[in-house]
Amino acid sequence: MASHGIKDRVAIVGMGCTRFGEQWDKGLDALLVDAADSAFRSAGTTKEDVDAYWFGTAQSAMCGISLARPLQLEGKPVTRVENYCATGSEALRQACYAVASGAYDSAMAIGAEKVKDSGMQGLNAYPIPNDGTARNLTAAAMFSMVVPAYARKYGVDQDELKAVLARIASKNHANGARNPLAQFRKEMSVEQLLAMPRVAGDLSVFDCAGVADGAAAAIVVRAEDAHRYTDRPLYVKALSLVVGNGRGLMDPDYDYTTFPEIARCAADAYAQAGITSPRTELAMAEVHDCFTPTELVLMEDLGFCERGTAWREIQAGSFDLDGDLPVNPDGGLKSFGHPTGASGLRMMYEAFLQLRGEAPLDRRISTYGTRSLALTQNLGGYPGEMLGFISILGTELG
Amino acid sequence: VPYHRLDLSTIAAVAGAGGGKGTRSVASYDEDTNTMAVEAARAAIAATPSFTPASLWLTTVTPAYLDKTNATTIHAALGLGRTVAAYDALGSVKSAAGVLANVLAGSASTLVVASDLRSGLPGSSDEALGGDGAAALVVGCDADGEVLAEFIGRGVATEEFLDRWRVPGENRSRLWEERFGETRYGALAPIALSEALVASGLGVADIDHLVVAGTHARANASVIRAAGVRADAVVDPLLVGVGNVGAAQPALLLAAAFERAAPGQIVALVVNADGVEVLLFRTTAALANYAPQRSVTNQVARGGSVSYGKFLAWRGVLPLDPPRRPEPARPSATAVGRALDWKFGFVGSADIDGEVHLPPLPGDSEQRPMAAMRGTIATFTIDRLSYSVSPPIVFAVVDFDGGGRLPIELTDVDANAVQIGDRVEMTFRKLFTADGIHNYFWKARPIGEGEVS
Repeated sequence: MASHGIKDRVAIVGMGCTRFGEQWDKGLDALLVDAADSAFRSAGTTKEDVDAYWFGTAQSAMCGISLARPLQLEGKPVTRVENYCATGSEALRQACYAVASGAYDSAMAIGAEKVKDSGMQGLNAYPIPNDGTARNLTAAAMFSMVVPAYARKYGVDQDELKAVLARIASKNHANGARNPLAQFRKEMSVEQLLAMPRVAGDLSVFDCAGVADGAAAAIVVRAEDAHRYTDRPLYVKALSLVVGNGRGLMDPDYDYTTFPEIARCAADAYAQAGITSPRTELAMAEVHDCFTPTELVLMEDLGFCERGTAWREIQAGSFDLDGDLPVNPDGGLKSFGHPTGASGLRMMYEAFLQLRGEAPLDRRISTYGTRSLALTQNLGGYPGEMLGFISILGTELG
Repeated sequence: VPYHRLDLSTIAAVAGAGGGKGTRSVASYDEDTNTMAVEAARAAIAATPSFTPASLWLTTVTPAYLDKTNATTIHAALGLGRTVAAYDALGSVKSAAGVLANVLAGSASTLVVASDLRSGLPGSSDEALGGDGAAALVVGCDADGEVLAEFIGRGVATEEFLDRWRVPGENRSRLWEERFGETRYGALAPIALSEALVASGLGVADIDHLVVAGTHARANASVIRAAGVRADAVVDPLLVGVGNVGAAQPALLLAAAFERAAPGQIVALVVNADGVEVLLFRTTAALANYAPQRSVTNQVARGGSVSYGKFLAWRGVLPLDPPRRPEPARPSATAVGRALDWKFGFVGSADIDGEVHLPPLPGDSEQRPMAAMRGTIATFTIDRLSYSVSPPIVFAVVDFDGGGRLPIELTDVDANAVQIGDRVEMTFRKLFTADGIHNYFWKARPIGEGEVS
């Protein structure tokens, strides 16, 4: 078994992202057109000059025609992809591999979700006919089971851990408040967050990602062609996808304090990119904070700190905008919002802005100018039954 | 006897009248006559490990389905073989007595299950005096296991008269003036009792335990008075605490009588239901060693309270605003058909190393029946967002004693009392109903105080 990666063979040369949020006045078509147009402008190219398209949406549309029609693409290969909440990342991964293979010179990865047309709270999956024995639990409840398990394993007082989770949400709200595209642009104090009623285990609604409509897009080209489009391309250093087989749900040894799929994915991504010390080599990370305990565990699974120490590091501010390793400088899923199919590409959009020095000064990462690598981590599923994606992007070749 | 109890003194404050003293048993939102029948049948079968029924009968006044057989659901949950017959006898308490009498008169090994949900309009006497529950009787001969009581005689008196009635589709019965029924049962019971005693060569004085069942409480009391048995022979009808469980009452009280009887005693069962049915039994020496898995006494003593508002909501009388989440889709009949062992029987699988998988994995080498396994809570949560017939959903990751783990819903549980390490057992429940299809599956429930964990 081998995972060779495509380090430095493909570059992102243009990106676009819509505002995320309750966009009552925009349907899927309008979101797609907005994100795609921004990406074309960013790369200085046109829809005709992009050779192939990968369109990620979890459940807002079905096939490639759903992109070809609003963009009026003529005779292009368009593939719709879906991989739970990592759908946007999956679109980019496939576009990159297509270009790396030599099949195309350029490709667009675009992800979008129109979730606020359902009239329901939260995210809702298509009902696939089944035998009726599948659990009927919200994702919030599934991830909330991390909290008592983590508290027990590491001897953290449950109230202290709740404060840590509120600290994560507060940080992401503070970052999102400085982001004009974010769904929630209001700072929230730890005290305000702790006062919220609990809806799933120890989680309040403010421990959950924003449910938002939105779209994001990237244009990728062969690395050697990148400078035809921009002076500051982002080279793809690593793309890793690990899909779990659900054993965690059946295995009494799984303890709900780690996501093994993500740890394996990180090891693969770091090997592809040649990273040995993520905490000191990465300039920033965008991680999948679908719920606050997810971000807590991810800090350990991604190797940003030792097992059992993330809660202390979070309290110490290590992952704040001005910390050692800024995490979710754009506000994350928590504050930027989570249109399922778009989120993976939205994370890369922030890496694109930050590493190129285009992020507004009031949310510029502390590491800007001293480090050149960004990590994006996107996941789908639940503790015990998860799929994970990690990309590593950088401004320098080699 | 289901876990929940309604305090009857709380009814009048809402309904303006009705209620009374004491409590009644209440089937939870995830129970119906089929799930209660499965629970009773599991307990009965657990006490008779060598028994394999040739047929299964379900009797109830309140079936979960019409047109479709309910007994096949119970058959599937018990994991009975294809050659075991399964039938319903529906619609009246008399069917319950009639099935039992005819099965006793026959020769085949039979599992007789009676289950009922008793309701009435808010404030009615049926609401306050009714109860929910199920009871199962294993009927067979020495080849099936040790016989606890021998059937020794039967008496019948049939007559058409209007005591209570219900048009199909209605959610309550209507009652004629009480005195009329009382006089009819009063006239018919001596005929049936006398016939049974003559058939078995006994006299009234020989009756050690008299069980009188039937939905007419006043008629039952006067039949007891007129029978002339010793005062200590009268078996408590469990009206205070459980209530009248209708079609399940004859078998439930018979089970209670066998728990208190000594070997070599005479037990008389009188059922007042559109006529009178009398069955006589003589207990055997084997009764001395009889230790039911879930005794009636323990089940009556156990229980958690349910508010009158919630009771009305569970009964569909008071529809509550559901969570703003999609209602679950109906299960697929074909997908269910492929998963019968898992869905109804809670049968998982194990690989060649003995690692247990729930649900079963394709490619595993053997089946693992898990319904009787107990487990321990590894972690848990309370979901106030997800759709439920009665929010919130209490959910736990359960590690089973025989190996295997399943994240699964808890029931009959105090949401605020759940702890990591709590012990649980499996129970057959209805997750929801969609498009008229009852979606049955298993949940876990805490093992009660006084029960072996």
